[in-house]
Amino acid sequence: MQIIKDKAIVDDHWQHVAADAETIPDGDVILPLALWQARRAELVGRNGGIGVQLEPGDHPEQIAEDLHRFSVVACNFPSFRDGRGYSYARLLRERYGFTGEVRAVGDVLRDQLFYMARCGFNAFEMRPDRSIEDALKAFGDFSVTYQNAADTELPNFRR
Amino acid sequence: MYHYTDIDRTIVQERAAQFRDQVRRRLIGELTEEEFRPLRLMNGLYLQLHAYMLRVAVPYGLLASKQLRALAEIAEKYDRGYGHWTTRQNLQYNWIRLDDVPEILDLLASVDMHAIQTSGNCIRNISADHFAGAIADEIEDPRPYAEIMRQWSSFHPEFSYLPRKFKIAFSGAVQDRAAVAFHDLGFRIVKNDQGEIGFRAYVGGGMGRTPMIGKVTREFLPKEHLLTYTEAVMRVYNEYGRRDNIYKARIKILVHELGVEEFSRLVDAEWEHTRQSALVLTEAEIARVAASFSPLDYDKVTEPVAAFEDKRASDKAFANWVERNTLAHKVAGYRIVNLSLKKPSIAPGDATDSQMRVIADLADHYSFGQIRATHEQNLVLADVRQSDLFALWKALELHGLATPNIATLQDIICCPGLDYCSLANARSIPISDAISEHFDRLDYLYDLGELKIKISGCINACGHHHVGHIGILGVDKKGEEYYQITLGGSASDDAAIGQIIGAAFSKDTVVAAIERVLNVYIDLRHEDERFLDTYRRVGIKPFKERVYANN
Repeated sequence: MQIIKDKAIVDDHWQHVAADAETIPDGDVILPLALWQARRAELVGRNGGIGVQLEPGDHPEQIAEDLHRFSVVACNFPSFRDGRGYSYARLLRERYGFTGEVRAVGDVLRDQLFYMARCGFNAFEMRPDRSIEDALKAFGDFSVTYQNAADTELPNFRR
Repeated sequence: MYHYTDIDRTIVQERAAQFRDQVRRRLIGELTEEEFRPLRLMNGLYLQLHAYMLRVAVPYGLLASKQLRALAEIAEKYDRGYGHWTTRQNLQYNWIRLDDVPEILDLLASVDMHAIQTSGNCIRNISADHFAGAIADEIEDPRPYAEIMRQWSSFHPEFSYLPRKFKIAFSGAVQDRAAVAFHDLGFRIVKNDQGEIGFRAYVGGGMGRTPMIGKVTREFLPKEHLLTYTEAVMRVYNEYGRRDNIYKARIKILVHELGVEEFSRLVDAEWEHTRQSALVLTEAEIARVAASFSPLDYDKVTEPVAAFEDKRASDKAFANWVERNTLAHKVAGYRIVNLSLKKPSIAPGDATDSQMRVIADLADHYSFGQIRATHEQNLVLADVRQSDLFALWKALELHGLATPNIATLQDIICCPGLDYCSLANARSIPISDAISEHFDRLDYLYDLGELKIKISGCINACGHHHVGHIGILGVDKKGEEYYQITLGGSASDDAAIGQIIGAAFSKDTVVAAIERVLNVYIDLRHEDERFLDTYRRVGIKPFKERVYANN
């Protein structure tokens, strides 16, 4: 599968693991928060990268202590209209200092990318029925912004 | 007038280009209607009963004459020759074609205007007291703060997909004219014992199907913390606001369900993080924005204006208009002038393209080229020399803009209702018209004193019926339009939600019911007592009894 990462289209090697999975596959995996919490002791020592996925309602504070263990934190957008993930991304970056990959998954569409990138997402699993090449154009929608966010430390009035 | 910087201008131009591409993708089918909908809504574009409706942002209701001319041009070229001023100080067009919207946005951008966030589940256009900067009872001009909020909230990356729409208002005067307590977030400028300026913050007010008066969460928020505190409120709302039920998604429900103490606790905990952030307002930024609303170059008038006083004494019609439609200005020798967009046979808030052009010209001649839109759906020339009032009045009369009925029964707030709106259950404009027509005698209107009638065509309450001294709500009863009457609401300092008087009235009987309500008032009032005050003194019972006496 291809995703957008750091504003380029790249092949993705991460596997999503379902919440009810009995065995966890080898390699790099993105786990639902509940699965991570339930099997944390077993997972800590495994080979292969670990990512965790937050659903709306899973506040990043719940993983703040463990963030150093994750290469990826994914935030799911079950619907693009549910904006909780935007707050989560900013908190991960700005409050909890997470420097790994923050990935948007789910109902991720071109017209939300500019906002998501500003909040700290740097990876995007685009909805498969839409052109991923076209989506790249969204990062250039605006050349200037007013607010501080994960991408800009200062609001425009302090820059 | 706030003067756009290069950044403001670039953002508005880039927005127009972005939306042009979104429309293109919609028209070739690359975007489904479902995907396009939130995108167009965030740009003020609704699909209504008959056509697209485009809502243009007028931040805090302030317009330059060249902007009003551009709005007139749009009305003429792309609509049916008129625009409609809304209760959020915006202008909306009811007959827009989707293909024309990119052109319209370019035209708006050319005069530093846009339709950003006039709809959608984001922070909406910021509103403020329409007399800001001119009114005598002002503590401080709230517009610089409203402008700072406009900038911060425009394309806010974190708060553009909120549970529901989010409305913010500012008032800087002793009297609240911005209905601050009926906003998701409201700010009233206050001065503390040390003489410092700050805000009293109200959260969780609103109308709609569950009307609520905002709760005070901060008695004194230092001005530098306007944005840090707002960010905390927004983050709590984004996290905890309900998304399972559209009717329970507004922040007023969250505040109500958690209780204001628990809600405040969550906000204050979040604020502990945000108050240290780069969002703390600097004196330099406040001063920069305030300077943009540069003090107008008023004449120094120390003597009474003789010509004005003479005309006032000799011309009764002029005197009437001065008394009803103008207000004391903070600067001697000036007055604030209300242009009434209310009279029988005109939908409240409608202005034609030629009226808009006339108003723009009059603003240039008489009021520093600036116009205000009010949440009561009138327009204002805020800075008129007393010596010019007579000439201005003559010109306004010629164009049907001098009806001396501000704050009277005819000064009705009314939503577009079933004539335009796809949400409405009942017509509202014809009811407003019937009331205006039925009571169209100035001496009677004046005898009734201050009276606020507000009409909504559905429970969403765009016509603010909950806060009308007399509120009228259109309801659907088995396919028939009925009207429920409420009494005792107020949107001002004495904020109150009206009480339903009883069973709803058919469209043929509602005007007579209003007349009976007024007769009770006339019979029971003390001298110089407003309708609202009589109602508060005697309660709903006498009204109820007599309005339903023959039924």
